[in-house]
Amino acid sequence: MELFTNQILAGIATGAIYACMALAVVMIYQAIDHLNFAQGEMAMFSTFVSWQLMQWGVPYWGAFLLTLVFSFAGGIAIERLLFKPLAKAPILTNVAGFIALFAIINSVAGLIWDFTIKQYPTPFGSAPFLGSQLISTHQAGMIGVTVLLLIALYVFFRFTRIGLAMRAAASVPESARLVGINTSWMIALGWGMAAAIGSIAGMLIAPVVFLEPNMMGGVLIYGFAAAVLGGLTSPFGAVVGGFLVGIFENLAGTYIPGIGNELKLPIALALIITVLVVKPAGLFGRPIIKRV
Amino acid sequence: MSAAQEVANEIAVEAVPKRAMTLGAGTSLLVLALLIVVPLFVKNFIIFQMTMLLIYGLAVLALNILTGGSGQFSLGQSAFYAVGAYTSAILMEHVGMNYALTLPIAGLICFAFGFLFGQPALRLSGVYLALATFALATAMPQLLKLGYVEKWTGGVQGLVVTKPDAPFGLPMSQDMWLYYFTLAVTIAIYVFSVNLLRSRSGRAFMAIRDNEIAASAMGIDVALYKTLAFGVSAAVTGIAGGLGAIAVQFVAPDGYTITLAISLFLGMVVGGVGWLPGSIVGSAFIIFVPNIAEGVSKGLSGAVFGIILFLVIFLVPHGARQVALLAQHLLGQFKKR
Repeated sequence: MELFTNQILAGIATGAIYACMALAVVMIYQAIDHLNFAQGEMAMFSTFVSWQLMQWGVPYWGAFLLTLVFSFAGGIAIERLLFKPLAKAPILTNVAGFIALFAIINSVAGLIWDFTIKQYPTPFGSAPFLGSQLISTHQAGMIGVTVLLLIALYVFFRFTRIGLAMRAAASVPESARLVGINTSWMIALGWGMAAAIGSIAGMLIAPVVFLEPNMMGGVLIYGFAAAVLGGLTSPFGAVVGGFLVGIFENLAGTYIPGIGNELKLPIALALIITVLVVKPAGLFGRPIIKRV
Repeated sequence: MSAAQEVANEIAVEAVPKRAMTLGAGTSLLVLALLIVVPLFVKNFIIFQMTMLLIYGLAVLALNILTGGSGQFSLGQSAFYAVGAYTSAILMEHVGMNYALTLPIAGLICFAFGFLFGQPALRLSGVYLALATFALATAMPQLLKLGYVEKWTGGVQGLVVTKPDAPFGLPMSQDMWLYYFTLAVTIAIYVFSVNLLRSRSGRAFMAIRDNEIAASAMGIDVALYKTLAFGVSAAVTGIAGGLGAIAVQFVAPDGYTITLAISLFLGMVVGGVGWLPGSIVGSAFIIFVPNIAEGVSKGLSGAVFGIILFLVIFLVPHGARQVALLAQHLLGQFKKR
């Protein structure tokens, strides 16, 4: 039983990483109806920017805020420059665009900061949390930030004018335009917010997985799995999905023989496929109903 | 918020008219003649590259049947390619079968695999399908490394495959023989694909691509044809994989990562979705452009590659097909004068 609770705790700790990433995935999906395959690389780049700022002597929280601003502006810039012209293009072209973006960001980051693994500081310290060896204060802090972020997003979408406008633009663009919402800029705003959330995820993950240009590869897939499990239309679902994927991954690794660490990734992928087949809308997502 | 959305206006793949999918007879013969004659005059290494060009061309063609034909996505072609490659390698090395005979078996096994994978994929469309196939491709290398199948697959080390000699004592190098063998297989599959897309089944694929609801109203068994498209595409990819294993003389799990799947996908986009001859252009893109990018700047090769890709997307969104049509148009004007 002790092993079981320990594994669940460890699962929640890793789940927090996935939850953060899933939140960014869902944000962009809400805004543009596509999965951004370059999301992880964008987050990685932002994390490097914050690292660079800290190297220049900016204190942690200062670098954190500056990076948020940078990522937000960067996300908007990418949308305006590269993806707005593709808005009417087939999905296929968009996916190719994401892949191109992925290659560019990865390579540029590698050139500027090279591929060696770097330490990344944490503001929460890494002492055991409440006497438990399994969750460190950093991981607890990560969970805390994820939950805060979720609440902030909820408030933003539920109670602010611009949040309402973004939701309208995403669900019924035509009608939204008729009532005077600039849907095109709402999409750009979505990109900016997704990039900012991604950068938060990156900065929280970096102390755990270490900083390097390829740090997001695995995390992004788990983020996708979490987002799909929770439902691509629900930020709340994405966070719950993240924790569930973390727990599931740890339990499967412990109790199913022959899985171990090697097969953890296929487990996440099997989960994606199973959820997509059994319940495509995810646990908390809104099923898409088509009028024929 | 309305519960029901209007039926998806978003088109996954642009419709390509049936006639626009192939080349004219004259051009086809010219390309064929070039493919036959050129190897006689070049070095072995270039022959090897031309063989790989044909093999990736086949794999891109397979994706083109799936996406350009039936309008379904796949970012998971590397999984089928891997299954084909391993089938051929295992049959040749463990069973001692003739290399030519392993290809149809690889095709059959991949057909079954693709058909089965098509079943769950039926319920998905657009991004979701891209995601599911993406998951398949990422999982494949790890599945091949599994302890259970290590006896057959050779685990992480993979398998070494012997390169076949030219039969009947033909005075040819191994590379050249393999090239002509690959060329023969490629032509056979190309003719098959063209005919498939012109047949009743091909028209069914295209009807599904253009409007699924209308297609089912016309009496097309949407589920059957969608899974069939997956099966055929997987079979062709599998044969390409088998040929690839023979040409490279080596199979290992890390040769079939998601990078391969993404390359094939990009090859299709660059070659022009739904334009079968474009497959070879796309294949050339994925073989040579990374080298060119490396030549431009060693450290920034990824960025150069990405930028070239963006240029293609923005300047010629229909890929090589657009360039070919433009050339044809210019040629037509030139003749009039």
